[in-house]
Amino acid sequence: MPETKDKPIISSKKTQLTSNDMQLTGREYKYGFVTDVEVEEFPKGLDEGIIRRLSAIKGEPEFVLEFRLKAFRHWQTMTEPKWAHVAYNAIGYQNLRYYSAPKKRGDGPKSLDEVDKEILDTFNRLGIPLTEQKRLTGVAVDAVFDSVSVGTTHQDVLKEHGVMFCSISEAIREHPELVKKYMGSVVPYKDNYFAALNSAVFTDGSFVYIPKGVRCPLELSTYFRINAAETGQFERTLIIADEGSHVSYLEGCTAPMRDENQLHAAVVELVALDNAEIKYSTVQNWYAGDKEGKGGIYNFVTKRGICTGHHSKISWTQVETGSAITWKYPSVILKGDYSTGEFYSVALTNNKMQADTGTKMIHIGRHTRSRIVSKGISADQSINSYRGQVKIMPSAEGARNHSQCDSLLVGNQCSANTFPYIEVKNKTATVEHEATTSKISSEQIFYLKSRGINEEGAISLLLNGFCKEVFKELPLEFSVEAVRLLEMKLEGSVG
Amino acid sequence: MQNQTTQKSNVETILTVKGLMAKVADSDKQIIRGLDLTVNAGEVHAIMGPNGSGKSTFSKILAGHPDYEVTDGTVELEVNFRQKNLLEMLPEDRARNGVFLAYQYPVEIPGVSNAEFLRAAFNEICKHQGADEMDPLEFDDFLKLKLKFLGMSEAFITRAVNVDFSGGEKKRNEILQMAVLSPRLAILDETDSGLDVDSLRVVSDGVNKLRTKNNAVLLITHYQRILNHIIPDRVHVLYKGQIIKSGDKSLAIQIEEHGYDALIKEYQTSNATPASGSLHG
Repeated sequence: MPETKDKPIISSKKTQLTSNDMQLTGREYKYGFVTDVEVEEFPKGLDEGIIRRLSAIKGEPEFVLEFRLKAFRHWQTMTEPKWAHVAYNAIGYQNLRYYSAPKKRGDGPKSLDEVDKEILDTFNRLGIPLTEQKRLTGVAVDAVFDSVSVGTTHQDVLKEHGVMFCSISEAIREHPELVKKYMGSVVPYKDNYFAALNSAVFTDGSFVYIPKGVRCPLELSTYFRINAAETGQFERTLIIADEGSHVSYLEGCTAPMRDENQLHAAVVELVALDNAEIKYSTVQNWYAGDKEGKGGIYNFVTKRGICTGHHSKISWTQVETGSAITWKYPSVILKGDYSTGEFYSVALTNNKMQADTGTKMIHIGRHTRSRIVSKGISADQSINSYRGQVKIMPSAEGARNHSQCDSLLVGNQCSANTFPYIEVKNKTATVEHEATTSKISSEQIFYLKSRGINEEGAISLLLNGFCKEVFKELPLEFSVEAVRLLEMKLEGSVG
Repeated sequence: MQNQTTQKSNVETILTVKGLMAKVADSDKQIIRGLDLTVNAGEVHAIMGPNGSGKSTFSKILAGHPDYEVTDGTVELEVNFRQKNLLEMLPEDRARNGVFLAYQYPVEIPGVSNAEFLRAAFNEICKHQGADEMDPLEFDDFLKLKLKFLGMSEAFITRAVNVDFSGGEKKRNEILQMAVLSPRLAILDETDSGLDVDSLRVVSDGVNKLRTKNNAVLLITHYQRILNHIIPDRVHVLYKGQIIKSGDKSLAIQIEEHGYDALIKEYQTSNATPASGSLHG
């Protein structure tokens, strides 16, 4: 690997569109195309030189480079965690590329209308139009393509309300004081292996700041697209809701179908001050590999929020339908008195996908509350595990938690597991845990058919019933999309 | 079969089964061995028989259950004054064309309210008939009317389909579905089994209220008991996949008094070498 030091910083080449990629799994994954775009990318491999160059290319202040280097040095002392209920081939960290971005023409686009046509077309195909005329109303979108943000819509309206919504790279340049104060405050770089790696090499992601008392007028949304091959995606998102503010944020993700596995190791940090509320929704549809389990994204993500302020609230809603491996535990630290944490999750696995996902609710403040609703659907030969921790600290007088974990099995070869960890150090706390396992049976399908409902409608009704509590937490248009996504994935698995 | 069609003239025949043979799919286990049956509009037919005679299988075959495979014979359903091949239709198309099966063991659908489920089914039928679909509010009112008509509680609207229902409630829920979907041919598969006296009355009253000149009921039962509440026009005895005797309601009383054994013995001695289809009446 490390011939990086003496070689040109950036090599430029065209990624090839391989028609094979498209044929592998046919219609099952409709986002599996590759965009043919000229890119600037680093050679493969990771060392301090690469990190310095990454920081330099982004024009980062010294404190960010320091943060990266400390993280990198720490990461080198760590080993990959093995406790998750997933099995995969070793990841060759030196065989990955840590930066890939569409090549800028001249000074780069001044506005979204100047972004490369290929990239705009890509997002159009994904159903995320970015140009002024076609952009989604009511939703401001930050579009991230491989290692960089290509633009953010509805900037004018957001500015009017004092809402900062931009790429993290821009935030580092424009609002370094906020980044310095909060980045790493929720997920320290030492937190875990993948968080340390991300802290060292994060490329882009979104930054949101909602000022005091502001109710964000739009849904904020980031769309992540991995395009380049053999490139890791390490985005970092930071959302700060100041006192009494409110924001709803949604992220979506897709990637081309490729034979090789791709690494995605993101960090998301949320901070809610007094009386603030953050609602964070994810619809994750990374490429999951083919029927034999070849290819797909390794999704190792650290998402955590902290309710710093009293009466603050953080709510995670996730619909996880993609990735070959999912390792993800969106968590809430309930520090402020009377703060609330919520986790609503639907995780679907099919073919040979493996998911180990859940949440952590750490109760520190008095009268803090948390609610966990996890719905796992496993089909074919997939493995779907819920792993969740509820921790009541001695200070958490009167804390309450309710957890409900339901698993739905489709077919006879899949498996579902529930690993709850409960730790209570205050006698006044109330902690409840419920778990069920059920199956979609051919008898249920036939029952519905014999009432005039066809197979598609029957599956849709059954899935809707199973996931209802979670879907009702999603913004309306996304809940419709989420049901469709699940139906599409399960087609042919039931019966 | 003559006996069934000659009773009334100028009536519509809703269901015509001829020489039906069927087995368990992917096996050699023959269950229906040459069954003939004609059901006219306005009629109630009871199909009785000992355990294992093929009663429930017959009802599932009519609904299109994939566990069974028809190997011979025909089944025709009258649709808009034309005889259609029922066996070629998908289960959902059979339902849309007016076939309704009230299950012996209704299936639970967790998380889906009765209202959602019934509206989905009702709207499929509307769509099929080219009628306007109902929105949730409209449908709720419609459902309340049906519940009132059947003397059932409005709690059935919001409860998840058959989940945590008692045996009696499940059967009542089947009758509610029948009321909402108003089928042309309702097949009640041992709807009376496991019912207490009160539930039996609610269910029977419901069926009686839903009987019209234009629809027909196929009542599959082991016991004569329900026939005291729903008076059949014809009673058939099924044995080893064939109808070995047909008659009026007195046949059911005869079975109640003497059991199936006497009938079976009579059939076996008088037909040492039975030819399929020549025995009825």
